[in-house]
Amino acid sequence: MPEQTLAEAWGLVPAVLGIVAVGVVLGVVVAAVDRVVVFGASGAVVEPIRSSARLLAEQRRTTLAPDRLLWRIGCVAVPTLALLSLAVVPVAGRTLWSTSADLVWFNAMEALLWAAVWLVGWGPNAVHALTGGYRFLAQGLAYELPLMFALITAGLAAGSLRTTDVVAAQEALWLVVTMPVAFVVFVAGAAAFAFWGPFAAPAEADIAGGVTSELSGVDRLLVEAGRAVFLGASAAMAAALFLGGDSGPWLPGPLWHLLKTLAVVAALVWVGRRMPVLRPDRTVEVGWMVLVPLTLLQALVVAVLVLTGFYA
Amino acid sequence: MLSDLSGWAITAVAILGVLSVAAGVAVFVVDSMARATFALLASFLAVAGILLALDLVYLAVVTALMMTIEMAIMAVFMIMFMMNPAGLMPMTMVHNAKGSAAVGAGVFVLLAVGIWTIDWPTMNPVRPDDSTRQLGEAIMGSHMLVMLVIGIGLFAMILAGTVLATARGRYDRLGPGLDAEHPDDPVPGGLRR
Repeated sequence: MPEQTLAEAWGLVPAVLGIVAVGVVLGVVVAAVDRVVVFGASGAVVEPIRSSARLLAEQRRTTLAPDRLLWRIGCVAVPTLALLSLAVVPVAGRTLWSTSADLVWFNAMEALLWAAVWLVGWGPNAVHALTGGYRFLAQGLAYELPLMFALITAGLAAGSLRTTDVVAAQEALWLVVTMPVAFVVFVAGAAAFAFWGPFAAPAEADIAGGVTSELSGVDRLLVEAGRAVFLGASAAMAAALFLGGDSGPWLPGPLWHLLKTLAVVAALVWVGRRMPVLRPDRTVEVGWMVLVPLTLLQALVVAVLVLTGFYA
Repeated sequence: MLSDLSGWAITAVAILGVLSVAAGVAVFVVDSMARATFALLASFLAVAGILLALDLVYLAVVTALMMTIEMAIMAVFMIMFMMNPAGLMPMTMVHNAKGSAAVGAGVFVLLAVGIWTIDWPTMNPVRPDDSTRQLGEAIMGSHMLVMLVIGIGLFAMILAGTVLATARGRYDRLGPGLDAEHPDDPVPGGLRR
């Protein structure tokens, strides 16, 4: 029986606005935690807001003969898709909309994000941006399948692709206990799709900033905000799918989910910022040859556990 | 059959159908490979939207997912192998204009005749609570053989295509005796296999 969605509980417009607000807050939180880890605590929360305001006021510079249409589409799509992926992440115990294929929806938004980032690299008609775009395509292709298997493994254990069902299936035991590989692959894959931390090669200094090299003003704000929101959304999704969502003693459920999300963000940033950037030509094969069999094996273990009635 | 759908759904299907056809036309109008690829993606996304309006959520998102990945990969290959890699020179996606127009018109007539003459089932079966589950049970049950054959066929195609496209074989990688310690690859890959 489908539970009530956020849109039904609050009304469509307030629910959408609420999810957008949650997304923006998550993005600021990711940026702030990132700043704390890299530079120390001073002005951590103010700085992302301040630099956002600066980018809003900054005049846009352009390149010679850009593909303006595709460039703009790419820049707008990145934050839009990050927010759309948040539509199936439970907030206050409910998702904005609930279908029988929530996990596939989340995955589809990631895939669209992948295409959008390539557009951001293609648009300016500049060599570094295009190189970054192609790096991202190769990297995304290698991490897409492991990420897909990690998501499906959570759905497999719950017997449903609906996020709220997966959360409900964890009342007795958090899924991370039986699927640690899927959890780690999911979080790492999310970082790879935000080309962040060790997976930042598409936007790295060796190609002068790659996909982000020609972005300025509001375009840069949109892409950077989209990356941060997507990381935050993925952390919230990881907390919901693998860490029991809003289950926990004493405190109210939504607070537990928030705390778990913050813990995932903190762990992700803390670990990610301490690792060197991984060169795609040295790690893409790892994605194909190690992570794909590993996540398949994880799915097999979970499938056997499902058959033995372990999760029932 | 249409009467089951709400007015919103019918409107959405009509608008998205027009959008899908328009984006499909755009594929052959634009003069850049990147734009053609993404116009095709827009067309597929409109089809996914139609499936969504018909309440077939799983099919809708899986269409969006698969087509996006496919188009992104196609963008790589088309820009690598076809004319006008950077979109700087005029190009066209139309080849053999008369022949393709004839084939297109023929297929359109065939499909239109089929749609209007087939005796579609009129009785209203009970709609399942969960179309995703129903689809999964069909694929893993009565239609499993078909899906397996298609899957193996597609996989064989991918292997055959890769074998035909690559200029390097195992002897280039591992030497004439296939006994090299590490393969000689232009891009090392990372595992040094």
